[in-house]
Amino acid sequence: MTAYLLRRLAIAVATLFVASLVVFSVLEILPGDPARLMLGLNASPDALAALRTEMGLDRPLAARYLDWLGGMITGDFGRSLTYSSPVIDLVKERLAVSFPLALIALTLSTIIAIPVGVFAAARRGKAADTVAMGLAQVGVAVPNFWFALLLVYVFAVSLRLVPAGGFPGWGDSWASHWQALRALILPAISLALPQAAILARVTRSATVEVLGEDYIRTARAKGLPYRRVLWRHALRNAMIPVLTIMGLQFAFLLAGTIIIENVFYLPGLGRLIFQAISQRDLIVVEGVVMLLVASVILINLVVDICYTIVDPRLRGGR
Amino acid sequence: MSLLQIEKLTLSIGGSQILRSIDISIEPGEIMGLVGESGSGKSMTALSIMKLLPPGARAGGRVQFDGIDILSAPEAAMCRLRGDDIGMIFQEPMTALNPVKTIGQQVAEGIRWHTGANRADAESRARAMLERVGLPEKEFPLTRYPHELSGGQRQRVVIAIACALKPKLLIADEPTTALDVVLQRQILTLLRELVNESGMSLLLISHDLAVVAEMTDRLTIIRDGAVMEAGETVQILSRKTHPYTRQLAEASTHVPARVAISKPGAGPSAAPLLEVEGLTRDYPVRPAGLFARASRFRAVDHVSFSIFPGQSVALVGRSGCGKSTLARMILALDRPSSGSIRFMGQEIGGRSEEALRPARRNMQVVFQDPYGSFDPRHRVERLVAEPLHLADEKPGAARRRDLVAEALEQVGLSPLDIDKYPHEFSGGQRQRLAIARAIITRPKLIVADEPVSALDVSIRAQILDLFADLNDRLGVAYLFITHDLRVARAITDTVLVMHEGKIVETGPTEIVLDNPRSDAARALLAAAPDLGLTLRKRLAQDTG
Amino acid sequence: MSLDPVPAPQRRRMRGALSNRSFLVGLVITGAVILMALVSFFWTPYDITRLAVANRLLGLSPEHPFGTDHMGRDIFSMIMIGARNSIAVAIVAVGIGMGVGVPLGTWAAARGGWADEVLMRANDVMFAFPALLSAVMITAIFGPGAVNAIIAIGIFNVPVFARVARAGALALWPREFILAARASGKGKVLITLEHILPNIAGLLLVQGTIQFALAILAEAGLSYLGLGAQPPMPSWGRMLFDAQTRIAVAPHLALFPGLAIVVTVLGLNLLGDGLRDVLDPRLRQER
Repeated sequence: MTAYLLRRLAIAVATLFVASLVVFSVLEILPGDPARLMLGLNASPDALAALRTEMGLDRPLAARYLDWLGGMITGDFGRSLTYSSPVIDLVKERLAVSFPLALIALTLSTIIAIPVGVFAAARRGKAADTVAMGLAQVGVAVPNFWFALLLVYVFAVSLRLVPAGGFPGWGDSWASHWQALRALILPAISLALPQAAILARVTRSATVEVLGEDYIRTARAKGLPYRRVLWRHALRNAMIPVLTIMGLQFAFLLAGTIIIENVFYLPGLGRLIFQAISQRDLIVVEGVVMLLVASVILINLVVDICYTIVDPRLRGGR
Repeated sequence: MSLLQIEKLTLSIGGSQILRSIDISIEPGEIMGLVGESGSGKSMTALSIMKLLPPGARAGGRVQFDGIDILSAPEAAMCRLRGDDIGMIFQEPMTALNPVKTIGQQVAEGIRWHTGANRADAESRARAMLERVGLPEKEFPLTRYPHELSGGQRQRVVIAIACALKPKLLIADEPTTALDVVLQRQILTLLRELVNESGMSLLLISHDLAVVAEMTDRLTIIRDGAVMEAGETVQILSRKTHPYTRQLAEASTHVPARVAISKPGAGPSAAPLLEVEGLTRDYPVRPAGLFARASRFRAVDHVSFSIFPGQSVALVGRSGCGKSTLARMILALDRPSSGSIRFMGQEIGGRSEEALRPARRNMQVVFQDPYGSFDPRHRVERLVAEPLHLADEKPGAARRRDLVAEALEQVGLSPLDIDKYPHEFSGGQRQRLAIARAIITRPKLIVADEPVSALDVSIRAQILDLFADLNDRLGVAYLFITHDLRVARAITDTVLVMHEGKIVETGPTEIVLDNPRSDAARALLAAAPDLGLTLRKRLAQDTG
Repeated sequence: MSLDPVPAPQRRRMRGALSNRSFLVGLVITGAVILMALVSFFWTPYDITRLAVANRLLGLSPEHPFGTDHMGRDIFSMIMIGARNSIAVAIVAVGIGMGVGVPLGTWAAARGGWADEVLMRANDVMFAFPALLSAVMITAIFGPGAVNAIIAIGIFNVPVFARVARAGALALWPREFILAARASGKGKVLITLEHILPNIAGLLLVQGTIQFALAILAEAGLSYLGLGAQPPMPSWGRMLFDAQTRIAVAPHLALFPGLAIVVTVLGLNLLGDGLRDVLDPRLRQER
């Protein structure tokens, strides 16, 4: 088990390392002169020279990369040009919005999708299955930002139940916490439901597949009722492919937050990176991209760890 | 009153009639055999008793178990019966256990469910039961997972689950078909002991008359969902009054007629066709722990033997003894770790694909699985002609068609089959196709890896005849890999007994099989069921 | 998800396909969307390059069945032209994914050893960059545009196809008919071409329709963010962006481009599901 986990950990670290090379080369080598790109064509020679020094562009490539990597590891993401503050501070501030949003969305989609998927699998071919999977089929096709627009129109514009956008900040009181949470409801739902549709479909097909396995028949031959076999024997085996998809979904969810934050004008990482692009603030882009890539890799590592919990075959023999 | 009474049971699934009319009655403590070829409805009969039929199945007639009308019983009543009064064992031990639950959990689960025992009590009963089926706590603690056990051990766990609550009826659906003969013997012995100890009835489903002859009191033979014959096992099998019974019995003891072994060119005086010397194959084993050293598993261990032109050689051994690895190395599909393989005087180990062409042309292969042996997307012409790729001069389209047609005729298929797809053939016909593909380049040696073990007895007899016939007509030598001594006895001259990677005994087939010297060969022989011998023994018991 | 090689001859498979409801509905929808895109090259109800501010934000009417936008352009005409963009981006992106991913995946499966390990680790790296993130990086350097969207989505598709092709091929290599081909002296390239590719074609086709649908969704998202197709070229995602600020006054602006996306993606997914049912004999028995 430790051998397996150490191997996965090593792979994750190596992946992260290669990914950092990719990000560095795309954003610092490809543009030729990043300082020129950031300041634009009309920049004064003095400003250019100052920025070049600040970014260390006069130094060899390898040294710059190592500095940058070292900074990343110690939490120094460099200084934003447009905000003139350390990138790490900007990121921390924005994470307070993006992280809860992603977490709520993931939780929501999981607690909707898995019961629906198992339920549909248990009643496959019946009306409940047809309806649930029909809805999921449509749900998979719905772009989350369009769904967000519809939600805004119905719940914010027409019914005025929740704010249409913006974020009041978490504040110190329970009341302000609640206001902040309210601002995240629609964004979380619009992120979660299309994902839930995908997850429900995967859960259903994984469960249907498992229900056809020989050991399900063995369990039923023991006299266990169908329902108990479904939850005690089938679900855990079906979770193995479901976990894989959840890991992949997290990447989509992160990408999704970038879009959804723009729909709801939420001051999260998505807005930050988006504004950084329009202002050509490469240092911010670099930092945020790296952070997002790292979290995708981290989640995949977590998924690998979950595998060993669910599947004893990965824990190594005696 | 009978424990189980099945009357005029019918079953249809999605419009096709699986069972037409099945009548079986089992008395308390009796062992009933249910025999039939694949597709005859054996398993569906068993699942009807358990009422675990696939969705869309419709059953008719009557199944009465211990005073309960099964077909009309509600699901809750069936749940009370299953696992408590009726236990069931399945064919495929590798997939019959839940991979994510420990064996202790899986055995204790049924005990807890039916008796309401607390966890500790259920576990101690599970422990006792596992101990009884030959998995003592010291070596096999309850916390073991199925993947940590071998096939035979898993089947023991399945038996423990089925017998944990001492059911009145145990249904065993081909319980040993997936196991080798030695394991088969052990499992059958265990089943018999369990039946005797608790006085339960056993419904033993099998395609193997020898197994049934040995185990059962009475016998029901079915075909196409209907009972052909039923009665006392010994009587039925020794009298063979019903034509189908006779056909089955003859097929399972069939020995193909063969021309005398000593053909011109054969015999040790000629140059050997294949010479294997000191052949070894190691596989790296992933270290179990972080600090464990990477180890090796030696699948084939310094094996040496020769095959002469026209000779038919059997390579027998238990599953996992290294037979198939050896075959793959001879076929140059796997590289030896050390040792040499000389075919027609040429070394073939470690050669390039180009250099192997002449050897490949003269050495072809027939596999076990008649379903997996063919690319489902190609027609017969292309499939059978595939080895012609090895010809130095590729035959033209017309010539190719002629060659394929000729090969088809030689294996008893019609040349008109040339444009069909493999799925349009039955299992036996597909094995004929595989043989046609193997002989199209006129090879000197055919390596056949368990070529008949997936076939029904009557088909098996026909394919064995074909092999014998081709050996006579074409003078092709065989290396027959099999775990079934009956097959070895039927068509080979020489036998090699393999055990844990080594060849432990070699000699003329008759001599080795009648007078085995090595422990491994003795164990194989003692375990192999033999219809004739069993009947003679049981008749003697009955009269004496 | 695994597809067993298909044992059915072509004709029976076609009949099976046409009696499969998902397949049929998916085929009709997908065909209709492609047809709409093709027709838009020759004819649209209105000329969308001509702005008519007097007609701005009209509701639904017989003249403008889907209404008009803030510049007085006919929404229906824009949706027709937008289909071109979506389909073109998706075709090229899936083409890149298949064209690069399938050879890589089958090669890794045939070669095994280090080649396989390198490919799988490279896949891990690529999977760490969702399409949107790649697009963000590319746009940060080269500025926004449809080509960047294609590249970003294409890059994302490569590891998907590599993985599917590899998994499919790996399952086939130990099969006995492949061993028989090897015993017939056929090399890895020839076996891949003759046996592996035809037998994983169904798997790839199904994945292709799924990726096509995902590409359309991704393109819409990128265009919505302004990272994809640039105005004046109409695209469904961009139309939704324009609709957002006017959602209170003219909700129909948001409704129809979104429906266009949903219907197209739904059609493709139905087609994929149908194909899988038709090609996978195991699933067929279950129905």
